[in-house]
Amino acid sequence: MLAKRLIACLDVRDGHVVKGINFEGLRTAGDPAELAERYNREGIDELTVLDVTATLEGRRALLDTIREVSRRLFIPLAVGGGIRTMDDARAIIDAGADKVSLNSAALADPSLVTTVARVYGSQAVIVAIDAKRGEDGFEVFSRSGTSREARGAVAWAREAADRGAGEILLTSIDRDGTRTGFDCELTAAVSDAVPIPVIASGGAGTPEHFADVFLTGHADAALAASIFHFSEHAVRDLKTFLDARGVPMRLDW
Amino acid sequence: MDIVLIDYGAGNLTSVVKGLTAVGASPRVVTQPEAAAGADAFVIPGVGHFSATASLTGAWTTTIREAIDRGTPVLGICLGLQWLFEGSDEADDVAGLGLLPGRCFRLSGNVKVPHVGWNTLDAGAARESRLLAGLPAGASAYFTHSYAAPVGAASAAVTTHGVPFASAVEAGRTFGVQFHPEKSGTTGLRMLENFLAVVREGR
Repeated sequence: MLAKRLIACLDVRDGHVVKGINFEGLRTAGDPAELAERYNREGIDELTVLDVTATLEGRRALLDTIREVSRRLFIPLAVGGGIRTMDDARAIIDAGADKVSLNSAALADPSLVTTVARVYGSQAVIVAIDAKRGEDGFEVFSRSGTSREARGAVAWAREAADRGAGEILLTSIDRDGTRTGFDCELTAAVSDAVPIPVIASGGAGTPEHFADVFLTGHADAALAASIFHFSEHAVRDLKTFLDARGVPMRLDW
Repeated sequence: MDIVLIDYGAGNLTSVVKGLTAVGASPRVVTQPEAAAGADAFVIPGVGHFSATASLTGAWTTTIREAIDRGTPVLGICLGLQWLFEGSDEADDVAGLGLLPGRCFRLSGNVKVPHVGWNTLDAGAARESRLLAGLPAGASAYFTHSYAAPVGAASAAVTTHGVPFASAVEAGRTFGVQFHPEKSGTTGLRMLENFLAVVREGR
């Protein structure tokens, strides 16, 4: 049976891992390659490196980070943040990433999803959607949550899947960094609407939150950062807990 | 040990190179069959659409068929496994190698497609798999695909996602895996080591 995935997210700025609260107030949390190796050993199912600032200097540091991380990692590696063009995607995949995560650039030019998928396959393309509850339902925001888009989260997820995305990474801006639980309603709305896997993100604080997002949010994978980084809950403990709750987990590694 | 990794334009080979390197091989990425002379083993990787395997038609097919007849070990990964069969519903006009009977089909059922993530390798009809040696039944591997190969006598492992499919095949010294051993942690690296062991014993 297909296991639900636990994905550790490393928010990286200038080669260092940081983690923000609601995308603001970043603080340093460690060396990415060291964390990657630890996760590999501890049984995390996948790793995502998110370049949170994506300046020109930061980008060169990012490619070095990807090379360093992928050298020691034999589980899937996704990279997102500031990928604007096919050339950006190529550089990141050449450095050792298995998947690229497209966000603002895909909203600005949805054909980028298809362009990257045609060259590297749909399995290499994640469309990241930052969503927030608003008067019109689940609204989509680009540029690190600062700019509101015209389309809703469900409609955009459907379009992304039609255009060749292999997975959706769905982040709740309302919950990100709050540790109050994933937005299960948002996750279920998107997951039930698309044929491709949905990764839920934003709000993980307790093992119970993961059980909720898998069982009621219909998530295929859940992504978190700080809950893993500071060893508050060892990956194995979390997996054992979820397995006992009836969530299929990979327990051999 | 000359391991030839065939680059026929179906996706990114970086991870496969890294995986083979991690278990002690120095794979040679080759784009033309003429450059593959003297190979001790072939690895056929590939992600994406079955139509990409059209580049294997012709000279590569001859080279690989001859290698298999000589007993040279061959490992197909993902699309590389599917290509060992007669063809795929994904691209009706492109023939596979036809070493194994049957056509690849689109996964279906009450499940999401593509099949992405870690799934278990259950025992298949082929006994005493050399590729899976030392791994417990039910070991997990990382998959990402929409089409799959039919279960048959050559199935060394069977996985179910909506329907059962051949997740590992073994016929003589030809092997195929639908999952990505280079992305399947220590389990995957063990399989790559097992493949290298087969290559070594035949030299």
